[in-house]
Parts: sequence; C-alpha cells; structure tokens
Amino acid sequence: MRNVYSKLALSVAVGAGLVLSAIGGSGTALAKKSGGVLNFVVGSKIPSYDLHQETTFGVIHPIRPFYSLLIRVNPENPSSPTDFVCDLCEGAVPKGEDGFTKYTFKIRKGVKFHDGTPLTAHDIVATYKKIIFPPEGIPSARKAFFKMVDSVSASDDHTVTFKLKFPSGAFIPAVATPFNIVLSKKDLDKNGFNWHKKNINGSGAFTFVQHQPGSFVEGKKYAGYHHKGQPYLDGYKAIAAPKMAVRLQAIRGDRAAIEFRGFPPKARDDLVNALGDKITVQESDWNCVLMTTPNQKRKPFGDARVRKALSLAVDRWGGSKYLSQIAIVKTVGGVVFPKHPLAATEAELVKLTGYSKDINASRAEATKLLKAAGASGLKFDFSNRGVDQPYKVVGTWLVDQWKKVGLEAKQRVQPSGPFYATLRKSKDFDVSIDFNCQSVINPIADVTKFLGSAGNNYGSYEDQPLEDIYDRLLRAGTEDEQRKIMREYETRAISDQAHLGITLWWYKINPHRSYVKGWKIAPSHYLNQSLDNIWLDK
Amino acid sequence: MYKYIVKRLLLMIPTLIGAAILVFFLLRLIPGDVCELRLAGTGLYADPAEIELCRTNLGLNDHVLVQFAKFVGGFFILDLGDSMWTGKPITYEIGLRFQLSLQVAFMATFVAVIISIPLGVISAVKQDTWIDYVVRTFSIFGIAIPSFWLGIMIILGLLIITQAWFGAPWMPPIEYVSPLEDFGANMAQLIWPAVATGYRYSAVATRMTRSALLEVLREDYIRTARAKGLLEKIVINRHALKNSLLPVVTIIGIEFAFLMGGLVVTEQVFNLNGLGKLFVESVLNNDYSMTQALVMIVVAIFVFTNFVVDLFYAWLDPRIRYS
Amino acid sequence: MVVISESLVESQVEDLSEEKTWGQVAWTMTRKYPLGAFGLLIVVVMIILAVFANILSPYDPEANAFEHMLTPPDLQFWLGTDQFGRDILTRIIYGARTALFVGFSCAIIGSVVGLILGVASAYFGGRIDLIFQRVMDVFMAFPLIIMALAVVSIFGTGTQNVIIAITIPFIPRCARVVRSSALAIREIPYVDAARALGFTHTRIIMRHMTPNVMAPFLIMLSAFVGQAILLEASLSYLGLGVQEPTPAWGLMLQGGAEEYAESAPWVAIWPGIAISLAVFGFNLFGDALRDALDPKLRQQ
Repeated sequence: MRNVYSKLALSVAVGAGLVLSAIGGSGTALAKKSGGVLNFVVGSKIPSYDLHQETTFGVIHPIRPFYSLLIRVNPENPSSPTDFVCDLCEGAVPKGEDGFTKYTFKIRKGVKFHDGTPLTAHDIVATYKKIIFPPEGIPSARKAFFKMVDSVSASDDHTVTFKLKFPSGAFIPAVATPFNIVLSKKDLDKNGFNWHKKNINGSGAFTFVQHQPGSFVEGKKYAGYHHKGQPYLDGYKAIAAPKMAVRLQAIRGDRAAIEFRGFPPKARDDLVNALGDKITVQESDWNCVLMTTPNQKRKPFGDARVRKALSLAVDRWGGSKYLSQIAIVKTVGGVVFPKHPLAATEAELVKLTGYSKDINASRAEATKLLKAAGASGLKFDFSNRGVDQPYKVVGTWLVDQWKKVGLEAKQRVQPSGPFYATLRKSKDFDVSIDFNCQSVINPIADVTKFLGSAGNNYGSYEDQPLEDIYDRLLRAGTEDEQRKIMREYETRAISDQAHLGITLWWYKINPHRSYVKGWKIAPSHYLNQSLDNIWLDK
Repeated sequence: MYKYIVKRLLLMIPTLIGAAILVFFLLRLIPGDVCELRLAGTGLYADPAEIELCRTNLGLNDHVLVQFAKFVGGFFILDLGDSMWTGKPITYEIGLRFQLSLQVAFMATFVAVIISIPLGVISAVKQDTWIDYVVRTFSIFGIAIPSFWLGIMIILGLLIITQAWFGAPWMPPIEYVSPLEDFGANMAQLIWPAVATGYRYSAVATRMTRSALLEVLREDYIRTARAKGLLEKIVINRHALKNSLLPVVTIIGIEFAFLMGGLVVTEQVFNLNGLGKLFVESVLNNDYSMTQALVMIVVAIFVFTNFVVDLFYAWLDPRIRYS
Repeated sequence: MVVISESLVESQVEDLSEEKTWGQVAWTMTRKYPLGAFGLLIVVVMIILAVFANILSPYDPEANAFEHMLTPPDLQFWLGTDQFGRDILTRIIYGARTALFVGFSCAIIGSVVGLILGVASAYFGGRIDLIFQRVMDVFMAFPLIIMALAVVSIFGTGTQNVIIAITIPFIPRCARVVRSSALAIREIPYVDAARALGFTHTRIIMRHMTPNVMAPFLIMLSAFVGQAILLEASLSYLGLGVQEPTPAWGLMLQGGAEEYAESAPWVAIWPGIAISLAVFGFNLFGDALRDALDPKLRQQ
C-alpha cells in the first residue's frame, strides 16, 4: 500500500513539462518599474475574509494579496500544474521522506506579519491545524483535502513537519491551494478562530487599507515583504462589478486595468478593436468543465442506451468551432484537463461515444439507441444555472443539439441557490448541468467526480467496475500504466456507461491593459493571485 | 387632527407585521440556503458536515418560530443582527448604501421635476395642439424604454463618443465617492443614472401636471381672472399652477419612495453600490437576515410616505379626517 | 329604482355610440385622440404579428444555425441574426406572442381580481374593508423581485409563473383605485334600495356596483398591459423571467444586449425597440382611454 501511494506522488510530477499557450504577457526585456496603483474588477462578492472558510474567487482576488502561503504555484510559470515553489519556506519544495509520509519545510527567517509580529514555524502549524483539525464549531472548507495528514508540528522556530497516514500525491498540490493563507498564531490565540472573518493580518505583499462592502477593497505596498524588491505596485484596488458588461466597459474606459477571471471572446474582440495595442490578451485552457448529469433514479435515464444517446447527439467538434466564438468554452476533451500528459489524445478521443467527427453517424446511432430503449421523442426536464457565461449559452446549445435526435429538453434555469438545492438536495431533475472546477490541476484526484460514490457526483448511480478501475489507477506506478488505466476509466465513465456527458472545457481569456506587466495567466482563476510580481509600465 | 394622526399611525402596524410574516416565510420557501451556496457554489466538493456546521452557526437549524422571534425582536431592541453572507452588522452594510441610494433618488426626483412641470404646463396650455402631442409622446416614451437597455446604451454611447472626439474612451467612475469628498467624481458617476431614471419617472408627473392644470383652468376663478384681462402668463403662473400642484407633489412623493428601494435594475447597469444592488445580491445569496431587513425598510418607507400623503390631504380636506 | 339606475347606465353607454356606424365612431375618435389612435394602431399590428407569426416569419425561432451566427442585417435576414444564428426578425415576431400573452394575461387577471376585491371591499365596508386594505398595503409595498423569485423558485420557471409573479402586485393597485370609486357609488341610494329589495350581495356587487366602476377599471387594465411587458423584460434581465429557447424580447436583450452591444449592435437594438414600441403603443392608447373615460376631463 505504501508503495502505491509513493508512486502516486511520482505520478503528479510527470505533468511538470506541461506548458500552455500564453500570448503576450510580460515583456521580459523591459526593466521592471516600481510604483502605481493597479485597479482591477472582480465579478463576484466577498463573503468573509477568512479564506479557510470560503470557496469563491470573489474573495481570492481581493484578499489573497494580503497573505502568504507556505508553498505556491510558481508565479513565473503558473501554466505548469506541478511547478510549485516556496513562498514562506526556504529552498526547494520538500520531496518527502520515509516513503513519502514525512514532509519537512524549512521556514524563511525574518518574515513579519503586517502588525510587526515575527512569523515562525508555530504560525504555520497553527494555520494548518485550523485547516486540517479545526476546533468544534469552526468550519474549514478544505478539511477533506488533507485526509492523508496525520499530524503537523514544529520542532523549532523554523522547521515544520507534516506526517502523513499514507503517501499521497495529492498532498503537495493541496498545500499549494491558494486558500491556505498563513495566519498568525498570536491572533488565533488572542482573538479566536472567527476573528479572521472580519479582520486581516497577513504577511503578504500588500497591507489592508480599507474595504467598502459591495464596492472595493484597497491595499497598499508592504515594505517588509519577504520577497525582496517586491511588490512593484504601490497598491491596488479591487473593484466589485457583478455585471460582465460593466467589467468590460471598465477596462475599456480605463477605470480598471484587468479582470482576472475571464471574458467571452466577443468582449476580447471589442476591446482589441477599440484599443488596439493598448490591450494585451492572454489565453489559456481552463481547469473547469461543464457536464450533463442524467439522474439515473429517473426513468429512462437508468438505461445506458438513453444516456449514450444524450452524448451522441452533441456535436462537440462542431460546437467547439462556434461556441468558442460566443462563450468561454473551447477545447474538446475527456475526463482529464486537456493537454495534460494523462489526457486523451485526439485519436483516443474520437473513439469515445459522442466524440466521433462524423456527427451524422453519431446522431443516427443515437436515434437507433433511443428507439431500442423505447425513448424516441423523449421529453425531459433540463436543470440549468442562471449564469450567462457559459451555463446558459451551453444550455441553449445543448437543448438544440438534443432536438436534432428528437429529444425535447425543457430548460429550467434557476438562480444559483435554488439550482444547487435542486442538484444536491431534492434531486428533482431529469438531466442537470454539473460543474467541475478545481484550482490546482491534479487529474487523479479530480476524476473522482465521475465515481458514483463521490460526494460531488449527483447522478445517483452505483458502478462497482468503475470504482475498481479507479482503485487500480491509484496503484498504477508508471506514467504509461496510469495513462492506460485512465483510458479505461474514461471509456467506462463517459463512453460505455455515459454516466456524465462532458461538454467543452472552458477557455480562459484575459484581455488587459498593456501597461500591466509581469502577470502570467494560469489555467485557473484561483491561481497566481499574490500580485507581488505585477508592475505597471506607464 | 391628533386623533386622525394616531389612528393612521396605528394602521401602519398591521401592514408592517404582515410584511414581516410574508417576507420571513416566503424566503424560507425558496429552495437553497446560504451555506450550500457558499461551500458548494463553486463546484468544489463540499462536506455535508461543514454545511450543517455553517447552518448551525447562523441559527438556521433553530426552530422556525425561534428564528421568527429573533427577526421581529431585533426591531424592538434595534439590533438587526449580522448579514448571513458577510457576517457584518446589517445596519453597517445598509448604512453604506443608503447614502448613495438617497442621493440618486434626490437627483432623479430633481430631474423628474425640472422635466415634468414645464412640460406638463406647456402641454395643458397648448392642449390638443401638435405641441401637446410632441410633449406627451416624449414623456410616454420615457416609460416605454426598458431602463437597463437605456443604461447600456448610455454607457456604450459615452465610450464610443468620447473615443471618437477625444481619442480615449471615457466612462463614468464605477466606485462611489461621497460628494463631500470629491464632488466632481461623485457627479460624474451619478448624473447618468439620475437622468435615465428621472426621465423615466417624469412621465407620470408630466401627465399629472397636465391634467391637474387642465382641471383648474376650468374653474370659475380662472375665468374671472381671465375676464379681468390679466395676462395669460400671470393667470397660469400665479393662479392656476399653484392650485394644481398638490396632486403633482403627491405623485412625486410617492415616486420618491419607490426610488429609494426600487432602482434594482438601474443600479446593476451602472454598477452603483446602492440598496437595489444589495437587495438583488442578498436575495440571490439566500441571505435571509439581510433580505428581511431590506424588505422591512422598503415597506416602511412606502408606508410612511403614504402616511405623510394622507396626512397632507387630511390637513387640506377636513372631511377625510372624520370619515 | 334599480330599473332606473340600469337604464341610466345604458343611456350613458348609448351616448358614446348614438346609432353611428363603427367607421364613423372610429373616425371621430381618431380626430379627437390622434395619439390614442396611433397607439391602437401599434397594438393592432402587434396582435396581427402574434397571431400570424408562423405565416409571417420564414425561419424557425428556436433552431440554432451556427453557420449564420451574428450576420448583420441583409436581404436574407432583414434584422440580422443572433449569436446562435437565429433570425432576429423571426424571434421578434414570435416574441410578440410571448409579450402579448404575458401582457394581457397579467393585465386581465390582475385587474379583474382587483376589481372584484376592490368593489367587494367597498361594498362590505367596516371591519372587512379595514382588514382587506391592510392586506393590500402589504402586497403593494412588497418588493416585486422577492415575489418573483419566490414564485419562480417554488413553481419553477416558465411563462405561466412569470405571469403569476407579475400579476400579484397588480391586484392591490387595481383594487385600491376601484375601491375608492366604488366607495362613492355605495353612497348613492340605489345600492341601499337594492339591499332593501333583498338582492344577494353577489348580485348587487356584480350587477349594480361593478358596471359603475368600469372607467377606472379599464384605465388600470390598459396601463397594466404595457407595465407587464416591461416587467417581464426586467425580470428576464435579472434572470428570473421566461427561459431560452422561448423567443421573448426581454430574454433576447438579456443574453445579447450586454455582450454584443458593440460588435453586433443589431442583437441589442431591435428587441429594445420592439419592447419600447409595444409599451409605447399600449401607453398611448391607455392615455387616450383615460382622457375619454375621465368624467372631469370630458365636461369641456
């Protein structure tokens, strides 16, 4: 067993070579200038400031720059899913000892929190104890990420040791998750575990100035920041703008320089047309994908033929060409983030049900399967979330795709609250849109989504063979073996059984003012948001 | 008169209680809750135990009557509690936005008045001529245009026109600055929504001015004034307009009350951090405590405005007091 | 007494028609209320579009045709196509159906229920009236968006639920106006006489009081149609209205107006004009109706 997990740890490392397309970006030849205030727009709201308890990018973008992490995704190479570097630790990210069950971090000396308190190993321990073993009554949104952790302790002021119950390749990516901001032990001891919901005291590149709820968060440069010479900015202002049109217009009218989540393609084109070289565009595949989940408790979706027909009706290759012009989706892919070494190649993809390039043949087969299952002309309820990009665009497209094989889907769009209640609680849907969106890319962990037993799977099915394949996937040693088993898993999950139907992987487009330098796009809107390496060329 | 005031004041109570009951139970009928949304809303795996914990901490697992008692009781001890979404005191969150909403409501009302009174007067004096028709067409068009569409067109128009004329696109600021701090920036942001809303709301007031004036113009004393050979201008300004203003003032007052809580769509388009935007966000977040407080404020403003209007009428017309 | 009152109402009605042909009446009204006539014309055109939508429009309003996506207006697509390649003219024509259906349903249900409640409240008076008025106050002051969200969440989305959400706030507004007119009528002796004759409440309310409050009722009804169309558009903008792929004007604006306002302005402009024009038409007509029915203005 021990050996298995050590191999899993290795498996994560194989993704290191992965490089994503990033157009534009920082002008490396230019000397970095200091000064200036970066205004950016955020399309979501801030719940509390305590990132340990929150899950939205609406709090990452404005609040994360006040804090540091133990390790983070390399800000100079954020497109790689496995390139982690030390933030508060020193040297390289530890490789793991004792059969990958012990990780020792050397903590940087001389780091101070914004209130002047020195940062030591004890602060890191207190932070991770709050995340992994929170006291009763204190929520922690990512406790489940650290199921493998047995203990965390400090042997002296500058050494932190994590002991794992079993080796796990998911450990290091979990530590690098940007929500794991390091808090001061003094604050936790003195003010309790809820103090950070409303107060900020970090060791990040910026110090908190003010927050006007619903309007903006303001930060200013922290002179004592531990990455010397950084940050380049004097400060930043994160302005709330829930409407996409406002965010777009804000960049155009230079009320804001950048938006870190992503814009639809037409918005990019409008900006480029209006402003020419004053706008720089960075693009990347995005570690998010919309899926369709048939409710297998409902007739006739328990029948694999019907589920396959749902997938066969969808023209992914054709849809990619057109939807990528109107929505934030683009890449045809399977269960693994496209272009990752473990992802299916195009030749492998086209063999899967619903991925054939001959859409007419697929649709003919769908019609045949539906007829065989006695479900021709089936009418069903299709639950969707009331968010334009990309939910409603993809939803409208799917309804039309299904219509082409005689299926009549009635789209029921609900605001996020009632939508999740339908999906998770009442399960009152025939087919629903579902969503997988992760921060750090970790395919072997991410594909648990397709297991009927997974907590975030809403298809209401049990599939033991699939669970068995996953078990083998965990034990697989070499990359070749992993790839092979991953194909098997993929074929079972989305082709033979068609438990879930994958639409198109998201595509992140970040048009920004060209004077913003140093920021590099990552495959997730959660990553690379410490803002310490951004500078303004004005 | 005092008896009447007391009676009217007492009548406000059942309305407020009714609204409290309605909002409380209606919100709980809407599926979904703030904790689900917070922990599962981003598509990540959410531990059911964490969701339960969050619910317990917010008091959502208390008996529904206990929750109701806390909500209603809060108004008596003047503590509205904390927002379930941000955890900040509701009075603080609302206070921030109130200033902006109040200012926009004043500015929009001002715009509505300066549009509607002159237009209404012209329209009445030139009744059934082409001028009357043009004025009415203009004002009715104001109600017909969807406000969010007008807003989008205004902002886009500004961006395109400024780029064409000055080379760089300009748009109104997207964050609020108090007028005391920077009057110019404040106006640059708020003038557009105020004009868009004011134009829209001027339609009803224009109509009211016109018909009230027409009515007064038919009264005997106006005929007398005219017969005396007074200038038409003096007749209109000094005699007729003054006497026809009451219903106009009333309608403007009522519209002001609607503006305070009703700018839901316009605030979205112009990114104004006002009560309307807070309202939409709280409803969509299933933030019960905040939504309840906002509804009660909107209802209270509405009821109070009606009260003042009634009082005004009663003061003018003694018959109402005794009926 | 009752007989007298009924013939009195009839004679009033006759005043308007006076043995003239429909054409003559129409001509007189057009001369007297040119704006109203123009409004009516818009409304009639809209009704024709809605009724004959399948004959008038050459395309399918719902089917995606990506090969034509975002085509500017040309000879094939007079008003251009949207992001799914659907003909905008077709969707506007079919959208008239949705708009009229929502507009008329909300207006008729809202004002009829309001009429009955308002007259009944005035007729019974006393405590019933008092309680009833408080209930109406609550609904009138209650924010529409909560009501809409609650209705949509509880009953699901779809046109009929949008209608419910919009109708609820209309009822108290109509009831309030009707009640104040009805209060005045209740004081007229013939209602007492009808009671003395032992007529049932229902009969007195329906036969004797209701016809006499028709003027405010019709005014409210005509005003509601335009308001309902506008409210439907606003609800769609907030994502609570009619859902895709149903062709509806508000929905066409919601997805399209924001993203394509510049690169494909036709997506944003035509539905906006359609809404404005329709509401404009109903309001002009309603305005003229108000002038025609308002006794104070009629005297001259």
